[in-house]
Amino acid sequence: MSVPAELRYTQEHEWVAIDSGTATIGITDYATQALGDVVYVSLPEVGAAVTAGEPCGEVESTKSVSDLYAPVDGEVVEVNEELNDDPGLINAEPYGLGWMFRVRVTDGQTGTGLLSPTEYDALTKSAG
Amino acid sequence: MTSTVRDTPLRAVHERLGATMTEFAGWCMPLRYGSETAEHNAVRTSAALFDLSHMGEIAVTGPGAGAALDYAVCGWPSQLSVGRARYTMLCAPDGGILDDLIVYRQAADRFLVVANAANTPVVLAELTKRCSPLEAVITDESEVTGLVSIQGPNGCGILSAVTDLPLASMPYYAGGYGTVAGREAWVARTGYTGEDGFEIFCAPADCEPIWDALTASAASGPDGRGLPAAGLAARDTLRLEAGMPLYGNELGPDVTPYEAGLGRVVRLDKPGDFVGRQALAVRAAEGPRRTLIGLLGRSRRVPRHGYPVLSGVGLSGLGLSAAGDRVGVVTSGAPSPTLGTPIAMAYVEVDAGGPFGIDIRGKTEPAEVTGLPFYDRRK
Repeated sequence: MSVPAELRYTQEHEWVAIDSGTATIGITDYATQALGDVVYVSLPEVGAAVTAGEPCGEVESTKSVSDLYAPVDGEVVEVNEELNDDPGLINAEPYGLGWMFRVRVTDGQTGTGLLSPTEYDALTKSAG
Repeated sequence: MTSTVRDTPLRAVHERLGATMTEFAGWCMPLRYGSETAEHNAVRTSAALFDLSHMGEIAVTGPGAGAALDYAVCGWPSQLSVGRARYTMLCAPDGGILDDLIVYRQAADRFLVVANAANTPVVLAELTKRCSPLEAVITDESEVTGLVSIQGPNGCGILSAVTDLPLASMPYYAGGYGTVAGREAWVARTGYTGEDGFEIFCAPADCEPIWDALTASAASGPDGRGLPAAGLAARDTLRLEAGMPLYGNELGPDVTPYEAGLGRVVRLDKPGDFVGRQALAVRAAEGPRRTLIGLLGRSRRVPRHGYPVLSGVGLSGLGLSAAGDRVGVVTSGAPSPTLGTPIAMAYVEVDAGGPFGIDIRGKTEPAEVTGLPFYDRRK
């Protein structure tokens, strides 16, 4: 199971890449393996304000549906439209083509509360 | 009761294949090996292998076996020819369903009853209580029986290469004793996928050699597409597309066969009494209050077990505009790999009319009634 060292993580099994005040967000390899094949993802709209820890979308797989949480406060600036036609990208490349949405992080937020790769790896192992 | 989770004889094979395992009815079972959608599609287009060793196998034997089963279940097993199988149900005296079963007549005085894993203790207890006074011996063979199933249009060819049974001439819902990979087995043309397929009942120790022989047969066969393993996730979407009920979802002690659309399995025309006859005769005469329907989701959000079904939902050009009345509940729902749209089975009041919607976590999504099954291989 892959936990890239350059990313930050959440308790809800999302990954976050913050670059110049913009956060790119997806779900982790661990999450995709737990969910199985993703068949549909509902993403927030561009321009929507999102709040860290609040649901902002949902991920449907064969067996279940899960809420998607915003990992940071900010405004949605882009969503991955490719996922509309090919949600399987999330399983195939969770950290690459399967990215979900981008948020312009509210000024002053530094992503406190996000997990390091080591902390996230420990979280998934303690979950069995 | 013990909380120990049991392993099937194929546990090591599943680990070797990297399966995601899950606890199901007290068994550690493969949920999926890779993509459950790919496993599902393999069954529809070629073939796949299932480990079903968790299922319960109960033998009913002796000169009175047929008559005893006629009293115990709502079908008419004594009418079965040797080598034939039938889908039937074990009902409570009030007509509620205790389990759905496949009954195989393996010999004149021997029937094999296959029960759902979770219900095997109940089926064993009820059959023992109902049949034992009638010159029949009830034996739980679950511990000494493994079950490997090959499902899909290429299954017949793949299995034929490693068995001495003439499968091409074996009708659907028939079975016979033979060898598979040199091991003794009862092979039946049955399944739970809506596809042609075979179930191989064998000794637990023979499961792995039979599994490996089928995999090797597929690899060397003319198709060359191999034989992937398929888990419980694919089994569930396959049976749902085929409109087959699942105990605990569509079937339960508070459901009669008539409500489930399975009144045909209740043989009120058979002679003699059987458990549930009086209650079922009343239910047959008055007609069901609710009925099982198929629904096609018209959005991409997926109906799931327990979601409310609404009717009289107002439609506007932009979709649903008004909440309707609750008229039923989804029993099973999934994204259908074959249809490419969400599908669901639901119980609704018999007089409920459309347009229907499904309350998917607080938002009503449109759904269209469709005949069951969702998928029929003969069409």
